[in-house]
Formats: sequence, structure tokens, C-alpha cells
Amino acid sequence: MIYEVSIWAILIFLVFVAMVIGLSFYFGSRTKSAASYYAAGGTIHWGVNGIAFAGDYLSAASFLGICGMIAYAGYDGFLYSIGYLAGWVVALFLVAEPLKRLGKYTFTDALDSKFNSRGIKLTASLSTLIVSIFYLIPQMVGAGDLVVPLLGLPHWAGVLIVGAIVIYIVATAGMTSTTYVQFIKGGLLITFSVILTIYILRNGFTLNPSDDYRQFASIEAQVEGNEVVSIESEDYELIGQQQTGNQTFVKLSKENYETWFKLEQNDDGSAYLTEALNITNTASGEKLYNGAPKTERRFYQVGHLKSIVHKGEEVESSGPLGPFEFFSTLEESEVVIFNKSIFDDGEDRVTVFYQQPTKGSDILKPGLMLKVGKNAKLWDKVNFFSLMLALFLGTSALPHILIRYYTVPSQRAARKSTIVAIVAIGFFYILTLYMGLGAMVNGVNDLESSNMSGPLLAKSFGIGLFSIISAIAFATVLGTVSGLIVASSGAIAHDFVDKYLKVEMTDKQKVRAGKFAAFGVGIFAIILGIIFKGMNVSFLVGLAFAVAASANLPSILAVIFWKKTTAKGIASSIVVGILSAVTIILLSPSMFERYGLPKADAIIPFDNPAIISMPLAVIALIVVSLLTQKKK
Amino acid sequence: MLHEPAVEIGADYASKKKTRLGIILFTVYASIYGLFVLLGLFYTDLLGLKAVGNVNLAVVYGIGLILLAAIMGFIYSLICSRMEDQMNGGTKV
Repeated sequence: MIYEVSIWAILIFLVFVAMVIGLSFYFGSRTKSAASYYAAGGTIHWGVNGIAFAGDYLSAASFLGICGMIAYAGYDGFLYSIGYLAGWVVALFLVAEPLKRLGKYTFTDALDSKFNSRGIKLTASLSTLIVSIFYLIPQMVGAGDLVVPLLGLPHWAGVLIVGAIVIYIVATAGMTSTTYVQFIKGGLLITFSVILTIYILRNGFTLNPSDDYRQFASIEAQVEGNEVVSIESEDYELIGQQQTGNQTFVKLSKENYETWFKLEQNDDGSAYLTEALNITNTASGEKLYNGAPKTERRFYQVGHLKSIVHKGEEVESSGPLGPFEFFSTLEESEVVIFNKSIFDDGEDRVTVFYQQPTKGSDILKPGLMLKVGKNAKLWDKVNFFSLMLALFLGTSALPHILIRYYTVPSQRAARKSTIVAIVAIGFFYILTLYMGLGAMVNGVNDLESSNMSGPLLAKSFGIGLFSIISAIAFATVLGTVSGLIVASSGAIAHDFVDKYLKVEMTDKQKVRAGKFAAFGVGIFAIILGIIFKGMNVSFLVGLAFAVAASANLPSILAVIFWKKTTAKGIASSIVVGILSAVTIILLSPSMFERYGLPKADAIIPFDNPAIISMPLAVIALIVVSLLTQKKK
Repeated sequence: MLHEPAVEIGADYASKKKTRLGIILFTVYASIYGLFVLLGLFYTDLLGLKAVGNVNLAVVYGIGLILLAAIMGFIYSLICSRMEDQMNGGTKV
């Protein structure tokens, strides 16, 4: 998709990002020592600290990914919101306080507290590195997506910009993500999401999202057997047809532009064609958008209502809606969403996005993206269960999340901060439902990437709102990426090289090793960010949660609750958890699509690994621990 | 990395009770969350039924799970603080 670039948008964006980065450096320079960092934590009001928690947690995945997923798949995207938040309950009730009582403050330290084992140091640092990298991918993909409509740059440029800025920051000064910066970011994100939601409710639903929204053509057709033999149009010429599964796509030409239509049948046997969008990769290596190069801007933003039923009457526009009325009106209405189909047309590979009228009542319950209910296959159900398990158990196993719990002096203040965080994050997640569904029906979805629905919705309400929201999202990505790169370079330079390999280094050499590691991880993150373009960032974070839940959670719970746990048990559990989760992900349908292979050929028939990898990690932990008990 | 505690923590005599309370509350929440997952898996149509006003069960249950997390967190914090006050005397933990 190519967007009109506004100088104002760029200016507001740059000023906003510069402000946030400037603040980070300002506070960072004032809190050089560990003591001052924590002294600040100690004197800060628990309310402020709670919003800072939220600022820490609400990464690109939450705003970009969840809104986008809801905009494309309705309620299924909201399941991520529910699962992410439920994960905080596990962290608060089961993990945080006992870990704090162990007197250790990182995942590696806590696991190693009772054992002082090299095996744990190695595996835990490996796990930190892998989970951080899995978490980095969606942030980089999100960064790339953000710059496309804003700065008019290609996706890879955005990934490169974020990577370069973060590597520079980490390798030169280091950016401490202080409580106040996170507080400001968290507060801004929630405030502007409220503003966006107010816009959505005030506008209500309308059949025509905007004046320049594409009026999709519908053409009557004559069919013999499965073959379209003629069409009722003076503008279009029938030039081809493709059958894929039980769907028929017809290629028409108008003014030398080739466009694909989908064949639909009425109950009375008559047939018609509905206009679709398409991206064609030609044999000569060209990429055509609706039959033309990208620069001709023939690829439209989509998503609209087919019918609106408000208070029992079919209307063209609902007018302003209340927060509950929003759902009840959508429930009765019908939305046109766009589904994807891929097929070969001669030597060309064609991706068609066709209109799929969908009842509001189906959008507001699970099943559009994740197959569930009576018609679902066993593996679809396994996938759904596995996802919900990983989201629930993943939060408390993320190495960088729990750290903030220890930055306040008393357990009481820590708990209060956590509750403020849960309220703030929960409130934001409820707003994602309005923002996502608002994007779904307001003609803003970019079919090439589901991550930009939130910001693009803001754009439809005004360029100022759009650039501020994009800037907040971009600053959030910067903060999260630099935090993750620091964490993973720490895992390599500090945990692995220094503690595990016991390489003798001076302080200066240690710092240099850390910077080299940060540079390496940064470059790796840039490459992954480009490779994974187009994938939903929330889906990718879901995978990071699954890896974290499989590799780390069994060990954390065992250290807290099971006295027979041994060092070898923990090390094997982490290894089994990582290996099984990553292997399943690499062999899953979504990854096969990435490799350019048919999804149906995937060796593992589902995407989310936790349901297999977590029990395997638990079994490894129990069996190895029992086999390696010390003789009394 | 900066991972030292902000202040030293004194002895906490309420820790066992707090751990138990945490496990109980976790079990309650996990059961309600588990029921939601089961409904999603096997009784998706049920989630489509109108629950409150004209809003369906899926939306009400989903938002309810988010609100419940906050409410239960609040209750947990309240009881924990009371336990600490009773069992640790005036010691700040």
C-alpha cells in the first residue's frame, strides 16, 4: 500500500519521538547508578509506578497487533487481550511474592538461587536470549509497519531505522527505561486510546466510511457448469478464470488493468461477480497491485458495513452510540471483511482478497480466525486451547516483566502498583475491542499488514491524532527493543561469557563484550524484522509467550513449590521446553506459509506449541529431578 | 544489570498464609478462565447468546474476566496487607 505523506504528520511525529527519547536520556543520565535507579523506585508513588508497569507491558503487540487482529478477525483478536491480562493474575498470585522472598530478582538468579549450577546459568541465559529474540521480532515488524503510512518509506526501512537507533543508543549511552518515562508512555497510550474510542462512538456506524472509499463493483454473470461464459458489463472484459477449492475467481480487464472478481451464486441459480483486491507476483519478478505497480495506488484500504440495524430498523447511519449500544448494533448488522486466497494463474502467483459478508453476531464471538465449535477439527481445537494456555501462563515467565515488581520498597506498595497496572492494562485492553472493531468497519484496513489498523483508524479521524498515536507507538517500540537488546546482550556477555565460560575480562572488556553482543543481536533483529514482514505482531508475541511459558514457567514454579527440584532437573526442563516449543513453531502452518510452502503441508498441524511443549518441560523436570536426587 | 532490591526486607511471618491465599485465588480465577476456554472450544454458540441487555455472552464474559482480575487482585492485596499487619506486628515488609 502507498500512502499520501503529510509534512505535518512527519513533523508532529518527529517532535513527539524526540521528546520521548530526550526524556529517556534526561532521566537516564540522572540515574546512572543502580542505587539511584532503585531509590527512585522507592520514592515513587505506587500509582505512578503502576502506570509505568503498564507502559512497560503495553508494547507494539498490544496496540498495533491486537487492534489489527480484532479489525481482521473480530473477537478472536480480543482473546489475546483477555489472555495477556489473565497472565497478570498468575504473576500476582503465584510467582511474584514467593520469588521476591527468595531474595533474587531475575529469572536466572532466582532459578539458580538454591543451586549455584553452571547448567542452570547456561540454559537460563539461553532461554532469556531466545525469548527476547522471539519478543524482538514482533517489535521490529511493528516498527517497519509504522513508517509505511507515516513517512512513505518501505517496511524494511522502518526496521532498519529502529534497529540503527537502538543499536546506537545501547552501544553509546545506554538507555535506562526509567519509571517516569514508562509512566509518560503508558499514560499517553491510554489517554489517546480513550480519545480514539470517543471518536469511534461519536461517529457510530455508517454504510459509507468516507467519500473516497472504494465503491466495489458487482457484475451479473452467466454460468455453464462451473464456467463463467459471459458477463453483463460494458466496461469489463472477461479474460480468465481460476478454481481454487470450491471458490471460483474470474479475471476481468478494464482499461488494460487486470482485476480479479469472485463468483457468487444466488439461491435462484443466477450468478454475479464481486470485485476483489489482488497482489500478483509475475513470472518476471514484478509485483502488481490490482493490475498495476504500487506507485499507481490502485490498492485500496478496505472494511465496511453491508447493513446496519439500529434499534430494530435498518439504517444508513446509526449516529452516536453508547458503549453497550456499539456492541448490540454491531451484533444485528452485517460487516464485509476480506478473506485471502492464493493460487497460480499461469506463471503468476496471485493473492486475492475477496469480500466476505459476515454477520455481526459471528464477529462478536470466537471462530473467525481460530476454528472452534462444532465444525472445528481436533487440531483446530488443540490450537485454540494451546494459545489460551500460553497467553495465561506466558506473562509470568517473561524474563523482563517481573523485574519491575522489585523496584518498590515494600511488598504492599508492589502489590498496589501491580493492581494499578492490571486496572490500566485491563482498561486499555477493553478499549482495543472498540478500536479494532471501529477499524474493521471504517474502511481503513491495509490488506498487506494487519498491524496498522489502530493508527490508520486514527488517520481517518485526523492527521494530528494519527501522527501522535504513531509517535507513541514508535517510542514504545524503541523502548521495548532497547530493553530487549540490553537483556539479550546481557545474557550473552554477562551470563554466558562471564559467568558460564568464566572468561577473564577487565571491566572495560566486559562493557565492550556487551556492546558487541548488542550490535550482533541488533543486526539479527533487523534481519528477522524484515523476514517476518506482514505477520500480525500479536500472533508473533503469542509465540514468544508460548516459548517463555514452556521454557521458564515449570522451573520457576518448581523452585517455589517443589522441594525435590534439582539443578539438572531445571536445566533439562528449560532445554526441553525451548527445543520442543521452537521446533513445533518452525514446523507449523504459519511458518510453512513464510517458507513459501502450502500451509496444508506443515508437519505440525497447528501454530501454538504450548500444549505439547509445556507438559514435555514439566515431565523433563520431574523425571530428571527424581533421577538426580542427592542420597541422604 | 540492575537487580538489587530497593530496601532490605524484614522477616515476613505472613508469607505461608499469603502463598496459600495466592494459590486459592489463582485456582478460582483459573477455573473461571478455564470455563471460558471450554465454552469457546465446544459451545461457541452459547457465547453468542445475549447475556446483559443486548450484548452477547462472549463480550460480557471477556470483559468480565478483565474486570475480575482487577477485583481479585484488589481483594488479594487487601487480605495480604491485613495478614502482614496482624502477624508481623508493626514491622514494615
